[in-house]
Amino acid sequence: MSTDARAVTGKVSVACEVNGEAVKLDAYPFARLLDVLREELRLTGTKEGCGEGECGACSVLLDGELVNSCLVPVAQVEGAEITTIEGVAGGERLHAVQEAFIECGGAQCGICTPGMVLAAVNLLARTPAPTEAQIRDGLAGNLCRCTGYMKIFESVVRACRK
Amino acid sequence: MTEGRLVGRPVPRKEGREKVTGRARYIDDLAFPGMLYGATVRSPSARGRIREIVFGEGLPWDEFAVVTAKDIPGANSVALILLDQPYLADGVVNHKEEPVLLLAHPDKYLLEEARRAVRVEVEPLPAVFSIEDSLGKKEVIWGEDNVFKSFLVEKGDVDSVWEAADFIVEGEYRTGAQEQLYIENNGVVAVANPEEGVTVWGSMQCPYYVHKALVKLFDLPEDKIRVVQTETGGGFGGKEEYPSMIAGHAALLAWKTGRPVKIIYDRAEDMAATTKRHPSLTHHRTAVTREGRLVGMEIDFVIDGGAYATLSAVVLSRGTIHAAGPYNCPHVRIRSRAVATNAPPHGAFRGFGAPQSIFALERHLDKVAATVGLSPEELRRRNFIQQGETTATGQTIREPVDMDALLTRAFELSDYHAKRERFARENASGASIKRGIGFATFMHGAGFTGSGEKFLESVVGCEATPEGRVRVLAASTEIGQGTNTIFAQIAAETLGLDYEQVETAQPDTGNVPNSGPTVASRTCMIVGKLVESAALGLKQTLQGGGFLGETYDSEEFRRACREHIERHGPLKSFSRYKQPADINWDEDKYQGDAYGAYAWAVYVAEVSIDALTYEARVEDFVAVQEVGRVIHPVLAAGQIEGGVAQGIGFALYENVVWREGRMENSQMTNYIIPTSADIPPIRVHFEEVPYAGGPGGAKGIGELPMDGPAPAILNAIEQATDVAFNEIPLMPEAIMEALEREAVNA
Repeated sequence: MSTDARAVTGKVSVACEVNGEAVKLDAYPFARLLDVLREELRLTGTKEGCGEGECGACSVLLDGELVNSCLVPVAQVEGAEITTIEGVAGGERLHAVQEAFIECGGAQCGICTPGMVLAAVNLLARTPAPTEAQIRDGLAGNLCRCTGYMKIFESVVRACRK
Repeated sequence: MTEGRLVGRPVPRKEGREKVTGRARYIDDLAFPGMLYGATVRSPSARGRIREIVFGEGLPWDEFAVVTAKDIPGANSVALILLDQPYLADGVVNHKEEPVLLLAHPDKYLLEEARRAVRVEVEPLPAVFSIEDSLGKKEVIWGEDNVFKSFLVEKGDVDSVWEAADFIVEGEYRTGAQEQLYIENNGVVAVANPEEGVTVWGSMQCPYYVHKALVKLFDLPEDKIRVVQTETGGGFGGKEEYPSMIAGHAALLAWKTGRPVKIIYDRAEDMAATTKRHPSLTHHRTAVTREGRLVGMEIDFVIDGGAYATLSAVVLSRGTIHAAGPYNCPHVRIRSRAVATNAPPHGAFRGFGAPQSIFALERHLDKVAATVGLSPEELRRRNFIQQGETTATGQTIREPVDMDALLTRAFELSDYHAKRERFARENASGASIKRGIGFATFMHGAGFTGSGEKFLESVVGCEATPEGRVRVLAASTEIGQGTNTIFAQIAAETLGLDYEQVETAQPDTGNVPNSGPTVASRTCMIVGKLVESAALGLKQTLQGGGFLGETYDSEEFRRACREHIERHGPLKSFSRYKQPADINWDEDKYQGDAYGAYAWAVYVAEVSIDALTYEARVEDFVAVQEVGRVIHPVLAAGQIEGGVAQGIGFALYENVVWREGRMENSQMTNYIIPTSADIPPIRVHFEEVPYAGGPGGAKGIGELPMDGPAPAILNAIEQATDVAFNEIPLMPEAIMEALEREAVNA
């Protein structure tokens, strides 16, 4: 659901860090972080699924917290550190979670995958060896319509062992 | 194929790396220079005459491109089966959310304001919103009798059985609409002008459906239309027919403005305006002997097609053919109808009518069993179809089939008998959590019905480069299910190459032949077989020309390709579908070989019902199936698990709330699909019986897992509650009402 960002007059300048790089964003304060990432920075790995914080396809890490970037006005990210899916791999070296998603079939159509990978990375950062219940809970804000979640759970377990 | 060097192995998904890194490019990730955004103004009324279109004040209307029905260069109808659905309403509307007018502007925020500022004023006409009102002709809204299509399947003489029957069991069963809810909404980008023609990129399952529709819409020659599938974030049928509509809209705006136009639906528009699974109403009347032998089945199956014919006829066909299930019954009559209502057209959704009719049958057979005094298991075992016996359409099952063994295996894996007995005991002792275990046994045909594949005449190509790389050329789309990967496996296996040497080309009608639509569980079995023979053709070309020996390594293959291309030019091999001679189908009588092959399955669901909240949960799920040879064990299990999850949603969560033909809960907030917290362990088991007609012995798989979960779950809930619920989605409110009624009656 698009919100008219211009309802508030005038753009503002927002300084933050995206995937380890300092950036200056020039945007309407109520522009969604999702749109600014995708359109201003051309980081299109972050996806829009519902625009109302239900599906998690737009998940990013904001100062180490998993958030739905469709619900974050850009004015809120001043001084923040943001990690998008583009910042998860170290150059060409995939993160263990990404490798596991490929090996275990955690990605099918792939549209929920960036958000799901970030949710899994976030979960493992907090809980390095999660139980099944913790995995289910940690991913419950990210909807997947393809996999039935089994292969995603397997991917997280596999990533722990890496 | 002699051995499984690649077939049967879990090779890495071809586009897996792009997907896990966020580099895969979906349609909304593409931007073109000078691109405009497009939006659709839709009907606020379910049925009526358009009186006036009012452009509200305060917007710079001269900046907007506006397209109405008058701007259409060719035919104003979406070319599918019939030509009754307009691209843009012209004078009348037949459902809410019907497209009336298109707008384009460079600023998508201003565009959204403008869309809301256009008022379509409609003089209302009486409308129809239910199957019953449509059948009863409360108002005739389509054709002479509101019936898009009807079928009659007759086996034996069902009228002869009722008098002598030991038991006659009747029942009525309903299923609701279901939203496909791919996480990527519908979207396209179009470039169009009279000189170059029309090119569309988009999220879709069937590029050649879109191609055919655009040829008619613009009245242009086929080579002036090009359709390219971009990475597609889920389809499940929801991107089978609807992309023809949205592609046409974007192309009309591009044609008028001379600039690229992107249309991306937001979630609310996608849910309210595009297709959903057909709601259904089924009536069963069954004659059965004291020993539990089915002697006669009379089935009346009706689906709600919405306002236009679209694909309802073929959805009805598949639902009809699957309505009598994998049972040997001598006398069967299936009468079926697809009827019109003033809702947006219902359309393709995984299973395509079969989940609806199978839900009815598998619920009904538990009732039949109870009436006869047999267990649900025993009733089915006494009636399972065996090799050499015939289905309802008179198709003799020539392949080996062993439903008994599948049932036994599924019961072992689920511990069915022990649980059934334990739950009965615990439920009787007044436990606050009621438990149940239930199952469904079913089949699903792969490929187009009857002569469908013969008429499609699909073509697949294999192309080799001078570097010895091979590309599979097909219009079959990767929508998550693994097309890219299995095609490469099949071709590499056939050619004796490494998996990495083979890739699957992006579906682009300018570059790939028409291998048919990506639907009907046909991609692996039908198209995969063509990949195998095209690859074989490539090898034979090289060997026949003396470029390649009987045995070779990849370096020799590379050299052979290079030499062949230097001497003769491009090296391509094409294979066209030819229906096997032993498939015979009578379209008029609806008799004969409905499908080339069936997958067979037994699904077991364990449920719990909280006696305080009336919530039903699926606690455990076992899916046992025979799908021929499994090409890729991880992808195949992923298909089953994903289908089961959608089936759980169909049964318990996914409730489309209608108000006068419009989906009122068109948001993920209030249309609920299962989350990671809702899905039980899904345990998948394959029995593998190779099928000669499929690549490496494979059959179809994609739709099968949608069929079994809902009836298995409701059968389990019947054990838990002692109430026979016969309508889905089964919401907690319905369980509460029924159980409170029971308590009062007791």
